[in-house]
Amino acid sequence: MTWDAFSAPYAFEFFRNGVIVATMAGALCGLVGCYVVLRNMSYIGHGLSHAIFGGYAVAALIGVNLFLGAGLWGVITALTIGAIVRRRPIGSDAAIGLVTTASFAIGIALVARYPNNGRNADALLFGNILGVKSSDVWIVAAVSVVALAFILLAYRPLLFTTFDEEVAQATGVRTTLIDTLLMVILSATVLATMNVMGVTLIAATLVVPAVVARMLTDSFAVMLALATVLGAISGFAGMNLSYHHDLPSGSTIVLVATSFFIVAFLGGGRLRRRAGTVAHAH
Amino acid sequence: MPSSPSDGSVRMSREPLIVADSISVSYGAEDVIIDVDLVVEPGDLIGIVGPSGSGKSTLLKALLGGIEPRRGTVAIRKGLTVGFVPQVEKIDWNFPVTVAECVGMARASGFRTPWLTRSERREITDVLERLGLFDLDRRHIRDLSGGQQQRVFLARALFTGAEVIVLDEPTSGLDVRTRHEVLHLLRDLNSEGVTVVLSTHDLNGIATHLPTLVCLNKRVIGAGSPEDVLVPDVLEKTYGSPMQILEHGGMRVVVDGGPDSSVLPFRRAVGDGAAS
Repeated sequence: MTWDAFSAPYAFEFFRNGVIVATMAGALCGLVGCYVVLRNMSYIGHGLSHAIFGGYAVAALIGVNLFLGAGLWGVITALTIGAIVRRRPIGSDAAIGLVTTASFAIGIALVARYPNNGRNADALLFGNILGVKSSDVWIVAAVSVVALAFILLAYRPLLFTTFDEEVAQATGVRTTLIDTLLMVILSATVLATMNVMGVTLIAATLVVPAVVARMLTDSFAVMLALATVLGAISGFAGMNLSYHHDLPSGSTIVLVATSFFIVAFLGGGRLRRRAGTVAHAH
Repeated sequence: MPSSPSDGSVRMSREPLIVADSISVSYGAEDVIIDVDLVVEPGDLIGIVGPSGSGKSTLLKALLGGIEPRRGTVAIRKGLTVGFVPQVEKIDWNFPVTVAECVGMARASGFRTPWLTRSERREITDVLERLGLFDLDRRHIRDLSGGQQQRVFLARALFTGAEVIVLDEPTSGLDVRTRHEVLHLLRDLNSEGVTVVLSTHDLNGIATHLPTLVCLNKRVIGAGSPEDVLVPDVLEKTYGSPMQILEHGGMRVVVDGGPDSSVLPFRRAVGDGAAS
């Protein structure tokens, strides 16, 4: 492919916006996804996106700002999941399954009952990256900056809580606050990137770069950096490939990330051993 | 000095570090520990022994301030730094942390840079070397022996500047040799001035080697030196089944079973007057 052919779509603003958002969304999901994967909550991205779909429908119906309404709905959902998980014996998988599918069901029911309200349901379900507006770029950028700032400022208590919550709590770390803030960041991440990836594919962008990074390193700091870079590359490459091969952008981004996983998985005995432990853990 | 075991408490003669005053802790409707008194003084090396479900771990967490008692109070000396070492069996060994990251994460209060500063790296190296761990800071925690793994978590506690280290079943799942290593290490740390409180179900491997024991079965059944509390009456109340105490090489050895047990004959049972 020549440079001219590669750069041709960049003449269009929608494509430039799409590439910027996909790259930032990939990096953001890769970074936040590390905590999701290491907390054995890989299903939560899938669940939260489904839950937020319900929030969109409710916000549209009652006539409040869609982003704000769905965001608030997502935060409430995440906090509800956290509260249920803290109450044994209900595990995180069951709590996520319970709360988010109920929310998704509300969304589906409302969209069916009031079809003229809210955004195009297909765009929310499968993503519509080529319809990304400048405002979407700023939203993803803002969430990325906030998420990065949170992770840098709370790096050690966040790591301690993720690795060993019981000990962290026993030695004075405010684990409930840390958990709550992480859930808020996760909800904001899902909300900001849902337009790009869609309800059905967002879980992959949270999980796959983090899993690949885990397979490549035994250091937490390196894992964060690798997952962020792999997510960004997946978003950038996926967008370009989708344009040139006339493929849906969301699924192409996920397939690029999955190709990294396949390469890492087949990359040698040491990597395969780690893949086994990651797969076992999740 | 510990008081007599009959009053169920350990009393101090110096300014205490932690005072648990008649604390009771419940999970839901179930009482896990009831009216427990315990005083931890500087330089103590206290072992809390009891069967599974006796409330050992709960008591440790209550002493750390991690659990709010339903009744009673836990007073922790202002400014006291406490390090907690969890059971190694509860650690996620696939979690991606190097030894340095594992130790460094414990210094989490206040504003900290995400990365370890040069002085923190030096401190980590020093504390690892103090515990006999040389050139392992870049290794993954899974790639260590059982004894080294336990030392890493001790190092994490020491890195916080802990005056008191609380360990939950520190020898659980370890082989005999590693268990001895850990015991010696704890005694060395204690002799250097670190106060140590641990829980253990290992009466012979650990408890008999400690200067002060608290026998717990929801309530404090007895407290004091091994000579005071490792007696059949206290152990039977603690474990709910008869036990015999033998002497071997100047050490007390606890064995299951009552006076009729076939385990007993070739040793002199002590504490209940039974003889082989």
